[in-house]
Amino acid sequence: MTIIVCIKQVPARESHLRPAGGWVEEADLSYEINEPDAFALEEGLRLKEQHGGETVVLSAGPARVVQTIREALAKGADRAIHLEHENPRAFSPLETARFMADAIAGEKPDLVLTGLQSDDLGYGHTGVILAELLGLPHATIVMQVEVRDGALRVKRELEGGWFQHVEMPLPALLTIQSGIGALRYATLMGIKKARTKEIRRVPLEAGPGDAGFQVERVSLPARSKATRLFDGSPQEAAAQLVEKLKFEARVL
Amino acid sequence: MSILAVLEQRAGAWNRVSFETLAAAQQLGEELGREVSAAVAGAGLENLASELGGHRLGRGYAVDHPLLENYTADGYTLALGQLIERIKPFLVLFPHTYQARDFAPKLATRSGRVLLSDAIGHRVENGGLVMVRQFFQGKINADLRFAGEPPYFASLQAGAYRADRLAPGSCPVETFRPELEAAQIRTRPLEVFREAETTVDLGSAERIVSVGRGIREADNLPMVQKLAEALGAELAASRPICDNGWLPMERQVGSSGQTVSPKLYLAVGISGAIQHLVGMKGSKTIVAINKDPEAPIFEVADYGIVGDLFQVVPALVEELEKRK
Repeated sequence: MTIIVCIKQVPARESHLRPAGGWVEEADLSYEINEPDAFALEEGLRLKEQHGGETVVLSAGPARVVQTIREALAKGADRAIHLEHENPRAFSPLETARFMADAIAGEKPDLVLTGLQSDDLGYGHTGVILAELLGLPHATIVMQVEVRDGALRVKRELEGGWFQHVEMPLPALLTIQSGIGALRYATLMGIKKARTKEIRRVPLEAGPGDAGFQVERVSLPARSKATRLFDGSPQEAAAQLVEKLKFEARVL
Repeated sequence: MSILAVLEQRAGAWNRVSFETLAAAQQLGEELGREVSAAVAGAGLENLASELGGHRLGRGYAVDHPLLENYTADGYTLALGQLIERIKPFLVLFPHTYQARDFAPKLATRSGRVLLSDAIGHRVENGGLVMVRQFFQGKINADLRFAGEPPYFASLQAGAYRADRLAPGSCPVETFRPELEAAQIRTRPLEVFREAETTVDLGSAERIVSVGRGIREADNLPMVQKLAEALGAELAASRPICDNGWLPMERQVGSSGQTVSPKLYLAVGISGAIQHLVGMKGSKTIVAINKDPEAPIFEVADYGIVGDLFQVVPALVEELEKRK
């Protein structure tokens, strides 16, 4: 099987976010793989181990995303495609997806995997847009994947504790839910091997921009409740909190 | 050009969050001076169609076809795509449910548009529509404006609009029969099911201590367990803890786990991504312990301690035991 896993580099969870210049101050940011995409990669590697073939990672973004691509190669991906552009915000989500779809179609994959959403923008639509552009059947929020006789049977998560199995032919696209399997670590051998694995670089030209929407203004969210914060040493703060829970909130 | 609300049903029962979307559509219709319509897709929709007719709308559409009996992304995209093609709406609204997430981006792509997903509100400024949504898991708010020609597509976060504002009335409901063929539907959905009965009923717990990513490793859990015992509370967790297998899935609070509203909800090392907040924001008293003063959990917390949970939690346990 040829399995393409789309991975995105996003600002690290601990990043300090400060509105600036119509977006957030990028100088403050460090980066890491989008967490649901790490689970998509894990599933892509597991399926390759089970069924043979090749796992190819695809990532769009500036030069810094090479770090995230290398980490995926070190975990066991066979090669990578880097759609390179210096300003991710010059592309609409649909444009980015079009470039991704072009690169994916050239690989004639059996299976395309993405995380279910990104931790930065959180639109949760790139996988579904890709499926439509590639003409592939898809399932979202997938918790389990079985490949049998050239077809797929997946377990989807629904809301409120419900699940559903869905069957579909290959090739197909799945968006993977976090927690589908335990994430592996890169081994020393893997890290060494990753240095010689192919990363095909495809430079992107910003298009005319297509119908979607524009981010006009960003701000820090207003607090809906006034939180009473307790200062001092941990012991002092703990004592004040217990006092309030007992005599003000009356929940103890 | 109308505003079209796409409502959700399963096996003939409404998904209640649809009524928030319908209320939002009515509100937007009034503010923008546009007609409002609503559609529901399925097979044999007579009952739902007559209920749809009991709302203040320009028109209702029952998108009815035997191949829509069970939800599929292919079937819904084809059927609703044909309706959109015919009525040419200005704006199509969906509830931001798991189902809408599965097909609405596909439907928007087919129209050459992008779904503005998970919006939490809107404003009308100089006659133009500004949508509000959050980025970075709730840490940044943003105003967005649709670009290009309509139709525009947006999905609305659960709880962002109030279903109790829904205006009753009456409207004609048209049965719209899309052209579908079995071969166009490539996925085969099987029965929906639940995992084995859960043994933990967080929904009826009076106090809950919930632990998140800040705990760093499974070996640190006993410390939080102790706090739960000192408070007479059930132990719960945010999604990443259960994904890692550190606590069973049945202890997960949030959109993919249980929804709880205890008297006391104490969140330890939980940043408060929206998927978690929707599962606990109805709690009476919310306490957050987190090292990041900007964590979204503080937006819903009544009390908070900004600090290192590895110091604060043992101090709390000690304080509670002292007072026994």
